[in-house]
Amino acid sequence: MHPVCPAPILSHETVQMAHGAGGRLSQELTKRVFMPHLRNTFLDQMDDQAKFEVVSGRMAFSTDTYVVSPLFFPGGNIGELAVNGTVNDLAVGGAVPQYLSAGFVLEEGLALAELEEIVRSMAESARKAGVMIVCGDTKVVQKGQCDKIFINTSGVGYVRKGIELSCRNLKAGDAVIVSGSIGDHGMAVMTTREGLSFQSRISSDTAALNGMVHAVLDVVPGVHAMRDPTRGGVAATLNELASSSSVGIELDESAIPVREEVRGAAELLGIDPLTIANEGKLLLIVPEADSGEVLAIMRAHEHGRDAALIGRVVDDHPGMVVMRTPFGSRRIVEMPLGEQLPRIC
Amino acid sequence: MKYIDEYRDPLRARALLDEIRRVAVREWTIMEICGGQTHSIMRNGIDQLLPPNVQLVHGPGCPVCVTPLETIERALAVAARPGVILTSFGDMLRVPGSSKDLFMARSEGADVRIVFSPLEALQIARDNPDREVVFLAVGFETTAPANAMAVRQAGREGIGNFSELVSQVMVPPAMRAILSSPGNRVQGFLAAGHVCAIMGWEEYEPVSAEFGVPVVPAGFEPVDLLAGILKVVEMLEAGTAGVENAYGRIVTREGNTAARRVMNEVFEVADRPWRGIGVIPQSGLVLREAFARFDAEKRFDVGHIAPQESPLCRSGEVLQGHLKPSGCPAFGRECTPLTPLGATMVSSEGACAAYYKYHRNAIP
Repeated sequence: MHPVCPAPILSHETVQMAHGAGGRLSQELTKRVFMPHLRNTFLDQMDDQAKFEVVSGRMAFSTDTYVVSPLFFPGGNIGELAVNGTVNDLAVGGAVPQYLSAGFVLEEGLALAELEEIVRSMAESARKAGVMIVCGDTKVVQKGQCDKIFINTSGVGYVRKGIELSCRNLKAGDAVIVSGSIGDHGMAVMTTREGLSFQSRISSDTAALNGMVHAVLDVVPGVHAMRDPTRGGVAATLNELASSSSVGIELDESAIPVREEVRGAAELLGIDPLTIANEGKLLLIVPEADSGEVLAIMRAHEHGRDAALIGRVVDDHPGMVVMRTPFGSRRIVEMPLGEQLPRIC
Repeated sequence: MKYIDEYRDPLRARALLDEIRRVAVREWTIMEICGGQTHSIMRNGIDQLLPPNVQLVHGPGCPVCVTPLETIERALAVAARPGVILTSFGDMLRVPGSSKDLFMARSEGADVRIVFSPLEALQIARDNPDREVVFLAVGFETTAPANAMAVRQAGREGIGNFSELVSQVMVPPAMRAILSSPGNRVQGFLAAGHVCAIMGWEEYEPVSAEFGVPVVPAGFEPVDLLAGILKVVEMLEAGTAGVENAYGRIVTREGNTAARRVMNEVFEVADRPWRGIGVIPQSGLVLREAFARFDAEKRFDVGHIAPQESPLCRSGEVLQGHLKPSGCPAFGRECTPLTPLGATMVSSEGACAAYYKYHRNAIP
């Protein structure tokens, strides 16, 4: 006996303009590619909006758009980034992420198999993060008008009572904690994009951090600030925090965790790991007295095993991040300028 | 990480610093030639750790910094031509011409691509036979062999749509220019490790003998730099000149002979303008007549270009060790990495950029 799937094979292998035109092909795309993976009680309504109950108190709302190239890289793909990124943006504000929207801009000619893999990853990431994708939209543009696929996700969640996280909260004496090795995501993408082959592949750290965030807040609600250091890396995030709170930050170079393979690639390309994007890392600013407990909770969590105390908030040099080198000298950690440029020699 | 960690070992660094402090009795001014060394010195704060009687001044060894504005303008003009793909190392894209940089040219529709090697640019030429692929070939002796190799390979394969816009410069003529200049303060040199990996150190022996200065090829890690500085200070205190190698794991006396051979085959020595400094005789490399068809300057007639430098910029003095970046009145005011008046503020290896990045204002 040969079991055969009764569903007709998709009539196209790539995205066509008609997939975005609202007609039969649009329906087919929804039914065959999106719904099998994302199906839930909200999407099943097939309405133009999702209606849901809200918790009393404050809500948090965030949006981000994802345009990464290549779409697939070691450790993840654009779909995982799109879900985890918005979940993390909500979580670092002390919110419990609940519902996401997903908007897709597809380039004519994108392989439907790739699209399906991306959607499948989004569903998987949403499941892991405990959120639901409750509404969405798809547009198709002509070849050359976008780079294969752009995804926007927006998300809402409720803010836990008694939690006050803000980039203005930093106080002299606070501990600066990072949840693990820095630069993994950016370097995974960069080395794939530039076609550099390193013996050990570098994997993106993309992950939803809401579980770890709330594990920390359950025990230490008095955390002063949390951020996920994405574009611009730890250097950009700490500079923003220092200037928002008008305090200085002093880092200890030897305490900052960087994977060997990321260090090697960064050395080769002439790029500072502090300026490389992360997609599954957390920076926390906590009162000195709580730092031991926070570190212990994070290290017990799968995304925080290598958590480390990397520096302190100080009264000196407000708005400035300063690195203490292992040689006893100091240097400024600057806000990165823009695109990372590999140097000549 | 092997070959890195042992040269960043704080204990070894401290031992070398102690030794420098012990040996250095008089006041000395030493120039590190290479921008990569300047960057490492600033990043690791080595200048803060040296005794006050050992001063470092920063040399002209930043290829981005010394590439004439005229070459940038020429690259912009070539990139603007229909059908051209302009390829370059990443650093060069942010260097401003008189009105824009190559990034801006790209946003205006020019096809400008970052490559890691000229051989990658050659591959782009093979893949796009209907386009003209131009590689912006800048750099010191470090980049010259690969740039020569790409031209030689294009010649062998008969790739007609590849050319190079060449702005190659060499270290020894610049050292002579610095040592001969009336305001010279430099008493000893750290030679650039990467350049010496190609060229060896034999070509520094005549310079050292003629001017009576110690020259020490050195690496880029803190321990490498400190070992090099110690050697220069020892020679200065002993009153000896000559060349002594402090980068033995990479540099030999004769260098990389295969690389030097291909350089000689493709390039010949010529006078060359250096940005901020002016023309230094016999300090550059140009394509030999046999390879003239790969010369982008000849292939694309972009007319006469005579751009104006900012009158405020004193990068020429910085590049020759006459002035520290923070001594320039425009430093950190009119001139910042976002609004650079000269290339020394643009390149990651430029001395002004390194000062701004790591020591903008004395850290309190």
